[in-house]
Amino acid sequence: MKSALFILLTAILTENFVLCKFLGICPFLGVSKKLNTAVGMSGAVIFVMALATAVTYPINKYLLVANDLEYLQTIVFILVIAALVQLVELILKKFMPPLYNALGIYLPLITTNCAVLGVVLLNITKEYGFVDSILNSVGAGLGFMLAMVIFSGVRSRLEGCDIPKFLQGLPIVLISASIVSLSFMGFTGLVENIFA
Amino acid sequence: MSPIIIAVLIVSVIGLIAGLGLSIASKIFAVPVDEKAEAIRECLPGANCGACGFSGCDGYAAALSKGETTDTALCAPGGNDTAKAIGEITGLAAGEIKPTAAVVLCQGHNVNAEVKLEYQGVKSCKMAAQIFGGPKECIYGCLGYGDCLNVCEYDAISICDGIARINPYMCKACKMCVKTCPKGLIEMMPLHEVKAAVLCKNHDKGAITRKECKTGCIGCMKCVKACEFDAVSMDNFCAKVDYEKCTGCGKCHEACPVGAIDIISLVSNS
Repeated sequence: MKSALFILLTAILTENFVLCKFLGICPFLGVSKKLNTAVGMSGAVIFVMALATAVTYPINKYLLVANDLEYLQTIVFILVIAALVQLVELILKKFMPPLYNALGIYLPLITTNCAVLGVVLLNITKEYGFVDSILNSVGAGLGFMLAMVIFSGVRSRLEGCDIPKFLQGLPIVLISASIVSLSFMGFTGLVENIFA
Repeated sequence: MSPIIIAVLIVSVIGLIAGLGLSIASKIFAVPVDEKAEAIRECLPGANCGACGFSGCDGYAAALSKGETTDTALCAPGGNDTAKAIGEITGLAAGEIKPTAAVVLCQGHNVNAEVKLEYQGVKSCKMAAQIFGGPKECIYGCLGYGDCLNVCEYDAISICDGIARINPYMCKACKMCVKTCPKGLIEMMPLHEVKAAVLCKNHDKGAITRKECKTGCIGCMKCVKACEFDAVSMDNFCAKVDYEKCTGCGKCHEACPVGAIDIISLVSNS
């Protein structure tokens, strides 16, 4: 129980994928304009991350490691994740068309979302078991959602501001993203001390 | 077996399984596509303005395809060309769209209108209008913070001297600005016709209006008396023109002591 909380909190706060590891920046900047789409996208990412871990873990353990083929991890995982995202896209199109339309191009982009591949590969580097891997993936997804929700709030504040012309658009978004990221550095060491 | 063959086998088997799984899933989760609606959707401008009364272009296309509406002339931005194209696809009679363009009915620019307070808040008419009806003395006038400009998909609106102006050449009559203006100052006027327009919406009594704006309608009724076609009426101390009856003769314009009525002939390429 303690270790489960530790893994979750670490993935959400201290090792936040977007704000500390700088993975998955593309959807972070692209879909964070509105809260609804940000939450929808994060939900899709959490789902894909958990699913990808659940599928890639046995593949890694029983196919790759058993045959000394660890060097194939990246290419096999990309293959599996791409197929999974296609499946999620099909299901969303059928059952949640408004969310499908709102996510637009960013849904196929989860295919190449480095955060998804990143979490799968990190699970192996950290030598987590199956349950811990899933926990870590869900935590990473929740961290992604946290970052998206916080940042959509920041961006809605930005819309009412009188921004200098040369900073309008993406520049000010990147600057505010870096400030949010700085604030997340404050969590360093927090989780270790809670459980110490 | 050499390791390279195992590697190739594993990757190709995983690829095969993924491919088969996807093709089966695409059969199970297939969404029926309405080809007629798709074709109609192609003809529509895609601004999703809602001028047709449906939820965007997709909604209008679906309604036409399902026969929920038979009116092909609802798309104002698309104009007669779109109506014709829809008619060809659906087999319905192509409706006639009377071309219109949006006009801002206010002349209260920086020189004409008096200012009562200095507003330094968010640059939005909706916000500014909440503080004593906006920074101008006249609470009916254009605030010039450009809410209409922001919703215009066609860059037809500009802010000149503190009030919004609409370029009839660029206006596609989608009515987004009409819905957005918190003061309700924007109205649709017929294109290619000479009409009189009251460029004021001030409903205050004449004496008050006079202090607020140099060109505000004071409700003196001179235009009502001057009109030979009974097209001008008085609505709560502000003149109003019935565009159906108006012939654009210009008598009301000559009679108006404050210059609140103008003779307008909107032209555009369409």
